[in-house]
Formats: sequence, structure tokens, C-alpha cells
Amino acid sequence: MPDILLYALLAGYGVAMLAAPLGCFVVWRKMAYFGDTLSHSALLGVSLGLMLNININLAVIFSSLMVAIILISFQEKQRIASDTLLGILAHSSLSIGLVTISFADNVRVDMMSYLFGDLLATGPTDLCWIYGGGFLVLATLAWLWKPMLAMSVHAELAQVEGIPVRKLRMVLTLLMALVIAVAMKIVGVLLITSLMIIPAATAQRFAKTPEQMVVFAALLGIMGVSGGLAASWYFDTPAGPSVVVSSFILFLMTQIVKKKY
Amino acid sequence: MKFQNRDVLTGINLQVHSGEIVTLIGPNGAGKTTLVRIALGLQEPSSGQRLIRKGLRIGYMPQKLHVNDTMPLTVNRFLRLTGCRLTAVNDALSRTGVAHVLQSPLQSLSGGELQRVLLARALLHKPHLLVLDEPVQGVDVTGQKELYQLITDIRNESKNQESCAVLMVSHDLHLVMASTDKVVCINQHVCCSGHPHQVKKHPAYLRLFGGESDELAIYTHHHDHHHGVDGHVLESQNAPSKGSQ
Repeated sequence: MPDILLYALLAGYGVAMLAAPLGCFVVWRKMAYFGDTLSHSALLGVSLGLMLNININLAVIFSSLMVAIILISFQEKQRIASDTLLGILAHSSLSIGLVTISFADNVRVDMMSYLFGDLLATGPTDLCWIYGGGFLVLATLAWLWKPMLAMSVHAELAQVEGIPVRKLRMVLTLLMALVIAVAMKIVGVLLITSLMIIPAATAQRFAKTPEQMVVFAALLGIMGVSGGLAASWYFDTPAGPSVVVSSFILFLMTQIVKKKY
Repeated sequence: MKFQNRDVLTGINLQVHSGEIVTLIGPNGAGKTTLVRIALGLQEPSSGQRLIRKGLRIGYMPQKLHVNDTMPLTVNRFLRLTGCRLTAVNDALSRTGVAHVLQSPLQSLSGGELQRVLLARALLHKPHLLVLDEPVQGVDVTGQKELYQLITDIRNESKNQESCAVLMVSHDLHLVMASTDKVVCINQHVCCSGHPHQVKKHPAYLRLFGGESDELAIYTHHHDHHHGVDGHVLESQNAPSKGSQ
């Protein structure tokens, strides 16, 4: 197997396993649009990183966190409807990112690879980011698993019972920013959320416990990556979108199966 | 309490002593839920204070659990998210009469069963204060009586050891629990408060329920002032324009 394909597979599997638990939280907490906004703002981070000449992954984590903080503080004041605010921030940050990059004429970047990902261009450094960041994310989630679940079932009930809901919400956002930063190279900022949501939504039909749902989502994500990469390798289709399409096909196929209740 | 400079609650003084059952009533938009949220510490009042005993354990039963049907969860797992042991969970469920749903998915419960599961969760940590937001909403009359009996029992049982107080929001303006010690009627401010009257013999009650009961009571009250649509107290010609009765 050529190195390029091996790297791509390892990177894809890593991201699928990472995206699974976070994707479940996105589905449970109905945060799909929130995730979308975070990932759109990643492009702002890319342009920041390029302009200031700092590590792009770090810049993306930083900018996603800034957007998240703005979002949460606005949401608490409840001046604007949540989804309106998300829409404004998602596309504004994406556009600011694109506009800023166009000013920097000394940097030549392939915007398409940031928007839609370039799985077949993954190298050893990317693998280090994915598995290093992945370990951090999974360890944090394992540590805070129970309170995170309690918060997702009913935030106010959890708060009365003494769970630090605000802090946990920030931690979850931080973890999402981290995953977006490492997964951006793979599927691009426009498709990251789908990699989180689609396997989780597919797994939901078969799972009896939250943990089962996470494991199923990871497996479905890995199947999606395999299918997408195979298509990309043999038919020369773009890798990121192919992964999403194959996950989507899996989702459609499982809709035929009858639901438990 | 203010929302965007509009007064929602003003001049509220609400005390709940241990072992006491206090029922909050008031029309829609009166600020009942806001007051409960302040009492729970979920919301900071824009002015005023919330004083609680140190180490007070609160059991909270929210108005309705929007069961997130995207998360697969059994009743057992739902209750054990609080960090309790299986025996404690079983005890709480038998206490509220729904021990049989232990392994059922949360989504498959009926409205009445779900209310009881929520009550069980509020009881899990042996609370000093039980806060119930419209606990019998959507439950039929027989079920309401049973739930009220249960809440009364919980208070009475705890009386010997550590007294458990109950703060409850009622969905009905006139029908409250018979064992309520104090009814507080609010509409942006405390309109009136007092004891409910026994309704066992009240003809209207008998017509409505066709039998005597110990669990329900009518809180008969007349206000000495009127509220405009915006909730402000209107000047009235024949009533003294003082605060509450």
C-alpha cells in the first residue's frame, strides 16, 4: 500500500474516532448549527495563522475559542435569537477569513483545500496532531463523562444538583475547537460538522446506551472514511466530500431499518 | 427582578421554613417560574438577596423534562447520572410507585410515569428542600390526588428526622394541596398569602370530583386590587390601595 494512502487512512480513522463522541454530544445537545459556526470560524484562524506566521492549528483553536466565547456571552444576554446569531457569526467569520487572506499577497494558499479538505495530502506531522490531540480529547471526555451526560439530559436539573454546567459547556466547546483544528486538513471547514453528526445520527437508531451510541458512531465513521477513500482512490473523486457522501449513504441505508420504539 | 428593564418581580419576600409546604399560585406570566429559578439559584436577581441555610440540599423537579429522544437512556441510567447506587435508585423508584420502569427507555414512559421518575430523582439526594414546578401538570385527577398524597407523605415522614420543606408551583389558581401550610399568590408582587381552606364539604368540589378527598383544597381569596394587562396594579375606587391582604 502506498504511503500516501496509509497516511490518509490512519488520519481518517483517527478523525472518525475523535468525531464520534463529540458528534454524539452535538446530536444530544442539538448543537449542529453551533458546530457549523465553530468550524466556519476556523478559516479566520487559518488566515490569522498565515498572516502572523504562527502554527495554523493553534491559530484555529484560538479563533474558534474566541468565536465561542462571543457566542456564549451573547446567548446569555439573549438579545438576538440564537440561530440568527449563529448564522451571523458563521458566515461573517468565514468571510473575514477569506477577505483577510486575499490581502496577504505574499502567501499563496490553496483555499479549496481548507474549505473541502485534502485527505490525500496528509503527512506524518498531521498524524501526530490528530492522535496527540485525539488522546487529549478522549481522555478529557472519559474523565468528565458522567457530568457531561447529566448536563446534556437536562442542564438545569444538573445545575441544581451541583454540576458546574457553565464550565462544562466551555470545556465541550474547547474540545470541539480542538477537533475542528485537527480535522480541518482532512475534510475541510465546510464539511467537518457532517463528519461529527452523520455517524452519530446513524448510530442513534441502534444504540441502547449513550456509550453504545459513541462506539457505533466511531465504527460508522470508520466505514465512511474507508468508503470515501476507496472512491477517491479508484475514481479520483475529491476525498473529503467522498467521505461525507459515503457516510450519508450509510445513513440512508439504515433509515430503512425499523426503529426500536 | 428585571428583564430588559421591565420589572417582572418586585418586592417579593418569600420564606420557606423547614418542614413547611408552600404553594405558589398566580396567572400566566406572573413570574412564578422566575421566582422558583431565583430560589434554586439558576438565576441571579437584579436586586435583592437569596438566603439559604449552609449545606442545604435541594431536590428539583422541573416543569417538564423535554426528554431528548436523541439520547438512548434507560430510567436506571438517567437516575444514576446523579452518582447514586442502584439500591438508592430502586428505593426512590419504589417510593414513587414506579419501580417497574427501572430498565425501560426514558422515551417509552407515559406522562404520569415520567413525573414520578422525576420526583424520584429529586428525592435521590435526600433533600432538605423539594422544589416542584407544576408537579401534576398533565396528570389526571386521580393521578393528581396520588401525587399530592405522595408529596404529603414525604414531608410527614421526614418530619421526625430532618425536616423536608416543599416549595411548589401550582398550575391551578384555586386548587391546591390540602396539606399546604401557606399559599402565596403572586402577580409580579405578592398579591396575598394565607392558609387554604378545607374543601371536603364544598359543593363545587363535590360536583367536580364526585367524592370527598383529603388531598385537594380550595384556596378562596379575593384581591383588594386589580392588575392591568401589563400586570401593573390599577387604582381602584372602592378598595384601599394597600399591598396585600
